[in-house]
Amino acid sequence: MRIEDVVCPFCGCLCDDLVVSVEGTKVLSVENGCTLATEKFTGDHRLAHPIRRTGGSWEKTTYDVAIRETAEILLDAERPLLYGWSGTFVEAQTIGVHLAELLGAVIDNTSTVCHGPSIMAIQEVGHPGCTLGQVKNRADVIVYWGANPIEAHPRHMSRYTTFADGFFVKSAFRDRKVIVVDIRETDSSEIADEFVKVTPGGDYAVLSALRMIVRGKGELVPEKVSGVTREQLFRVANICLSARFGAIFFGLGLTMSRGKYKNIRNAIELTEELNRHTKFTISPMRGHWNVYGSNEVFTWITGYPYAVDFSRGIAFYNPGETTSVDILRRKECDACLVVASDPGAHFPRACAGHLASIPTVQIDPHVNATTHLSRIQIPVAVTGIDAEGTAYRMDGVPIRTRQLFSTDYPDDVAVLGRIYSLVKEAKG
Amino acid sequence: MTQGILIKNAYVIDPLSGIRGEVMDIAIRDGRIVEEAPPGSQVIDAGGCLTLPGGIDSHSHVCGTKVNFGRYMSPEDMRAGRTSRKGVMHVTSGYSVPTTFGNSYRYSTMGYTTVLEGAMAPLEARHTHEEFTATPHQDMLANTLFDGNWSVMEAVRDKDVKRAAAIVAWTLAAVRGFAIKLTNPGGTEAWGWGKDVANIHDPVPHFEVTPAEIISTMIQANEILRLPHSVHLHCNNLGVPGNFRTTLETMDLAPPAQGNRQTLYLTHVQFHSYGGTTWRDISSKSEDIARSLNSKPQVVIDMGQIMFGRTTTMTADGPMEFKLYMLHHNKWSNHDVELETGSGIIPVYYSRKSLVNCVMWAIGLELALLAKNPWQCLLSTDNPNGAPFVKYPEIIALLMSRRMRENERKEIDPRTEHYVPLFALERELDWYDIAVMTRAGQAKALGITRIGKGFLSPGAQADVAIYPLKPDQLDPSVDYQQVMAGFSRTLYTIKRGRVVARDGDVVVEGANSTIWTRSRVPPGYDMGSDPEFTKKFDQYYTVRLRNYPVQDVYLPRGVCIETEAAL
Repeated sequence: MRIEDVVCPFCGCLCDDLVVSVEGTKVLSVENGCTLATEKFTGDHRLAHPIRRTGGSWEKTTYDVAIRETAEILLDAERPLLYGWSGTFVEAQTIGVHLAELLGAVIDNTSTVCHGPSIMAIQEVGHPGCTLGQVKNRADVIVYWGANPIEAHPRHMSRYTTFADGFFVKSAFRDRKVIVVDIRETDSSEIADEFVKVTPGGDYAVLSALRMIVRGKGELVPEKVSGVTREQLFRVANICLSARFGAIFFGLGLTMSRGKYKNIRNAIELTEELNRHTKFTISPMRGHWNVYGSNEVFTWITGYPYAVDFSRGIAFYNPGETTSVDILRRKECDACLVVASDPGAHFPRACAGHLASIPTVQIDPHVNATTHLSRIQIPVAVTGIDAEGTAYRMDGVPIRTRQLFSTDYPDDVAVLGRIYSLVKEAKG
Repeated sequence: MTQGILIKNAYVIDPLSGIRGEVMDIAIRDGRIVEEAPPGSQVIDAGGCLTLPGGIDSHSHVCGTKVNFGRYMSPEDMRAGRTSRKGVMHVTSGYSVPTTFGNSYRYSTMGYTTVLEGAMAPLEARHTHEEFTATPHQDMLANTLFDGNWSVMEAVRDKDVKRAAAIVAWTLAAVRGFAIKLTNPGGTEAWGWGKDVANIHDPVPHFEVTPAEIISTMIQANEILRLPHSVHLHCNNLGVPGNFRTTLETMDLAPPAQGNRQTLYLTHVQFHSYGGTTWRDISSKSEDIARSLNSKPQVVIDMGQIMFGRTTTMTADGPMEFKLYMLHHNKWSNHDVELETGSGIIPVYYSRKSLVNCVMWAIGLELALLAKNPWQCLLSTDNPNGAPFVKYPEIIALLMSRRMRENERKEIDPRTEHYVPLFALERELDWYDIAVMTRAGQAKALGITRIGKGFLSPGAQADVAIYPLKPDQLDPSVDYQQVMAGFSRTLYTIKRGRVVARDGDVVVEGANSTIWTRSRVPPGYDMGSDPEFTKKFDQYYTVRLRNYPVQDVYLPRGVCIETEAAL
């Protein structure tokens, strides 16, 4: 069976034009998708049944037992952490937030080690953005800053920017200038009209220099700023100023390098200043396919996009205090539920070590690094393949992923819903 | 299951049923008002307290992409209003942009049972509907944005009103929208290039249509589709000194009413009633606007009252928000939506020490006091743009008491009185006027009396608000503090025949409905199979046609108002 207009549950591009051929519960082929998408749809490393650790080894268990034990672990904990959420759908994330509220837990999503600093910058100065189609149809200047879309978001350029023809940009490749700013040459920088090579940690200064030029204070810019010549800075500023519509996309190269949220703040303020001359937008290159959905759900229920602490009865947010890495590093957390992410692979070693020392439960279809730190793992259906639900694209556009076939795996809503019911019953 | 409630000794004002203050009983059965309550019904003794149909807000920003971004970017606002979990009530955060449950509980304890979200971008409709589900104590409706819709502007350019109507019909059904919303028509498309339109005859770049043409065509399209509500318009030039001329010209575009309702609804008109040429000489032009309104029964407006204090402004009017940001220099978010519309957000503080803010404050009140017919001027703050909706009771008190206005006069910039007529107005609105301006007028203007909204006679939906106010023992002119307190917190809020709030607390889990419209069009007008229309999805949208419509699963209790298009 050929299924058209399939939504890809891999990265924040959330491409919705895939054609997937399936037979029974097997994906035969994927058209239109990038290699990451194809691997996600055709890969077959799923855990067959729930497992629990006894002594030094794993044993097979049932969903009933695994779910009950998970509820008991959470009820026993004084400072539980519910972490992850970026790889599941909105309906499951919603139950997660309500579960955290009921438990007085901390709930956090993967933004905490990803675009969390970008969110903090937005909370200081706002965010002039747009949907991706606005860029595709209008932008004549694209800037990728600290991002390598060809490898991390392989279809970003062909669907939305560099190679995407739009209404006012009939021949994208010819009519659009691409600027790449990075600390090293990448596949993306190779196709740039202008590659700006910044010395590591020097982004803030480069952004400040560009702001000076845009503000008409260019004469104060020194010969070289963080490895970038004054001449190139002027050239880049002039490309931006003469754009009809410019769009900046930034990645973790800017968010997680020296300066962190201050870098993003500076980039947003550059965008704001460019808007006094022409049209400019700025957007984060969000990683997981539904990390933005977790930010949205957390926000409409609690008021905050990540790192929400319910232990005081109200929703409390203070990045640096209520963020997962800090809670784990301080060894405050005494039980952890990981849903749809892999902190074992991405957290600092000390945090992963603490996860291994406390009861950690993972709800995830696949065996991953976190499996090795967990007491229990409950496999679920994969959203976008054998489960369906809402996802938010990196620009905030909500799209419903499709279920291609059904399997015996319960989805995240079913598993979390049962845990929630048990906890609610116990709490009275 | 039969569930009944008998409300005894209620002091009822029910304008749509012609009841202007009568002590009577109200019987409820299975979610409807009936002649007689079933045996074993719960009895509520209202003790002569003011009993009104559930409140209806016909223009409020509470759910969707930009509202949530207002929360996302404002942890300071989230901290400014937070409550713990209590009984069935979830944790809430936020003052001017509360979380969805925060909005829902606060509205419910004020007696509001129906709220229209003022602006939903079709492409992001799914988000609005998800938040509707998390706003469980009000039935929700979504104004759907068409101000910068490329397909609509092409139809306008081709002078093809039938095609415009067909595009609206397809889109409203696809996104489960309720009504046509135009926000700064043409201006949001121009903002895609960092520009705006200067007046209603200024052509939109590339599309070469004017705002006036968009407005007129959409009014006609709306009537062809026989939609329950009229075109809902946020005029061009919001917040610009001298903009009253644009507003008057726009009002002149409204054709005479055909039936019982208006042909044009202008929202937050306070923001559109400015004289002067700059912020230095801004003045009130409420009298000019009210004169026009009083001569045009085909126009209904809402106030868009501002109240002093902190709030967050949010609108689809992207260029306006940037201009406002250039004044405030606080923080600014913007979110343009491909082929459709835009939006912007900035936090603001309205100060009693700012002459401009004082003039704005006066204008909203003047509009309500100068409008002869309360059915034509509804109470709103354009929540949260003028103020959060929790300020409604204070606005009601100001409208009912000249003494309160005089007291406020002493607190504001003393120059204000030279720029506004407010303090010369002696009128004090009465309970009936308030009942019209907060529920009956909204139900009529939105066209939802047909589904039983806004009145209390048999057959109506049993949405009822009982306030701790005894109209025969109170003089609102003097006792305005009591009026304010009374409208802040119902004794009982009943929604669809169930007590949902008591004495300021929500007492049950909610289960709201989403009200949307579908106009049946002949097959030749089905845009889903129109090559030009569907080409937009193949070439310019970044979402496929098949993934665009909002699925039924997002409206667990959808209520569809169907109409037969005259196509």
